[in-house]
Amino acid sequence: MNILVCISHVPDTTAKINFTADGSALDPAGVQFVINPYDEFGLTKALHIKEAQGATITVLNVGGPETEPTLRKALAIGADQAVRINATPTDAITVAKSIKNHIQANAYDLIICGQESIDYNGQQVPAMLAALLDVPMVNACVGLTIDGSTATAKAEIDGGHATYTANLPMVIGGKKGLVEEKDLRIPNMRGIMTARTKPLSVEEGLSGSNTAAKAFRKPAAKSAVKMVAPDQVNELVRLLHEESKSI
Amino acid sequence: MILVFVESWNNQFKKASFEAVSYARKWADMAGCSVKAVVSSGASNPESLAQYGADSIATLDLAATGPGMAGQLSTMMDGVQGVVVAGTAVGKTLAPTLAALIDGALSTNTTSTPSSVGPVVVERGAFSSKGIETIALSEGMPIVSFVPNAIGIEEKAGAGAIESGSASGTDKVAVSEVSVASGKVALPEAEVVVSAGRGLKGPENWGMIEELAEVLGAATACSKPVSDIGWRPHSEHVGQTGIQVNPNLYIAIGISGAIQHLAGVSASKTIVAINTDPEAPFFKAADYGIVGDAFDVVPRLIEELRAFKAAN
Ligand SMILES: Cc1cc2nc3c(=O)[nH]c(=O)nc-3n(C[C@H](O)[C@H](O)[C@H](O)COP(=O)(O)OP(=O)(O)OC[C@H]3O[C@@H](n4cnc5c(N)ncnc54)[C@H](O)[C@@H]3O)c2cc1C
Repeated sequence: MNILVCISHVPDTTAKINFTADGSALDPAGVQFVINPYDEFGLTKALHIKEAQGATITVLNVGGPETEPTLRKALAIGADQAVRINATPTDAITVAKSIKNHIQANAYDLIICGQESIDYNGQQVPAMLAALLDVPMVNACVGLTIDGSTATAKAEIDGGHATYTANLPMVIGGKKGLVEEKDLRIPNMRGIMTARTKPLSVEEGLSGSNTAAKAFRKPAAKSAVKMVAPDQVNELVRLLHEESKSI
Repeated sequence: MILVFVESWNNQFKKASFEAVSYARKWADMAGCSVKAVVSSGASNPESLAQYGADSIATLDLAATGPGMAGQLSTMMDGVQGVVVAGTAVGKTLAPTLAALIDGALSTNTTSTPSSVGPVVVERGAFSSKGIETIALSEGMPIVSFVPNAIGIEEKAGAGAIESGSASGTDKVAVSEVSVASGKVALPEAEVVVSAGRGLKGPENWGMIEELAEVLGAATACSKPVSDIGWRPHSEHVGQTGIQVNPNLYIAIGISGAIQHLAGVSASKTIVAINTDPEAPFFKAADYGIVGDAFDVVPRLIEELRAFKAAN
């Protein structure tokens, strides 16, 4: 079984986000980059499948050379090989088209993406990829079992869950639940050593974009909090009704 | 025309569906064109969409999943200048599938109506609400998926002609089981969210949280560690790595206000924090705060809200 895990290289969740002075892009100064948290669940799920039934795990990122440490980290966690598609990921559709080209040249049985990457919050690549490949996809996936060439996938839907079955190959948009938080792995010394010699190949990606980011800004700062004494909860109710009109 | 996908569940429209029609109306008014709503043929009361601005309402047999429906919509693009989808669970899969099928320009997580229409320019949340991006949908069909509650519902009459239609397209997955809790407010669409964290000490103490939610007609939510240790289901985990919410009112009880939590809830219009620790970071992100013990404050809040409800 060949599994592709798509890895996004994103600012650490604790990062303070700043934009360049002209507001045209993220200012990466002082920002630590990590494997997108949603993708960590997908990578760990792939490792579980590999351990249970055998698989080769390829991790892939569309990005510049600065994302290679993130791919190396995924190799250190246990992926077998890595591919960096050299392109500036400006638009999800172009990213999806680049990944599609790679997939069509390499047979994969299962493609696991994170439901969302926490930088641009697009939630677009997994569904686009499935559409371009004309294969099934399950988004917000919180449970997956593979039996031969059939997958059973449990997904969050608004207010509940749904379970789907589909034939491989398919695309998963995964999140916590695919594996549990406690299952996530951090690279150990041996993993870090072997990751150095695992293959990381670079392929050229597509350029072009259907959308154009015009500007970024930070949300307006909140005005100071109004404190209410704990024995005056009626005052809170009044404020919520009369001032903020929330109730 | 602007085509708007109108979702229904058990044949009832969702609140976000009316909001989607309002969104389409505003866009169409800027572009000087009409609004066509696409609805499931089983949906009851399709004519009700006219009051939010639908000029024509096409009813058709829809596929069961977002990708299946996107395949159908992709065959209906004649004369369409733009597409609107609410960012529900279905919409979040439908919109990017459609964009890929027709090579369109998609903005997801959208928080504004267009500021211009040639090309369409909208605002969207990025970096988990730590940033706001202005994006131009410059090439191909503009498609907007918006955050439920971000735009609001507005009544504005449209012609409301009902047409029955059909479009081919099939699901690539088989649905084997669906379970949706009845009578509960779904988190992503909720106008009021009551959320609790590790300060509640244990799952047995959630009774008062559910009671408060019930009084307010709210959805319940929790911080990440609370779902990780299994006190509450994962589907209630809000924050940067959970569900991102955008309600009118977010009440945080016994939640410290870590940056990852705030990232998923800071778009809420009004935030109330209840915490024993006056230094809790949540107070910097809140509109109203109470320094106090949840076990003391929450029951009183329930009582006061009941009294308020009875009087109003
Ligand atoms: C990669 C990553 C992603 C993350 N993503 C998320 C995310 O999406 N969502 C999320 O929530 N967290 C996320 N976190 C975790 C986050 O950093 C915090 O650890 C978490 O939000 C803390 O949860 P909490 O506030 O419930 O618990 P704590 O930090 O333990 O805070 C409990 C609070 O309750 C208060 N309290 C205690 N007793 C009472 C009482 N009787 N009455 C009132 N108040 C009381 C305390 O003063 C304290 O402020 C993430 C972390 C990482 C590393």
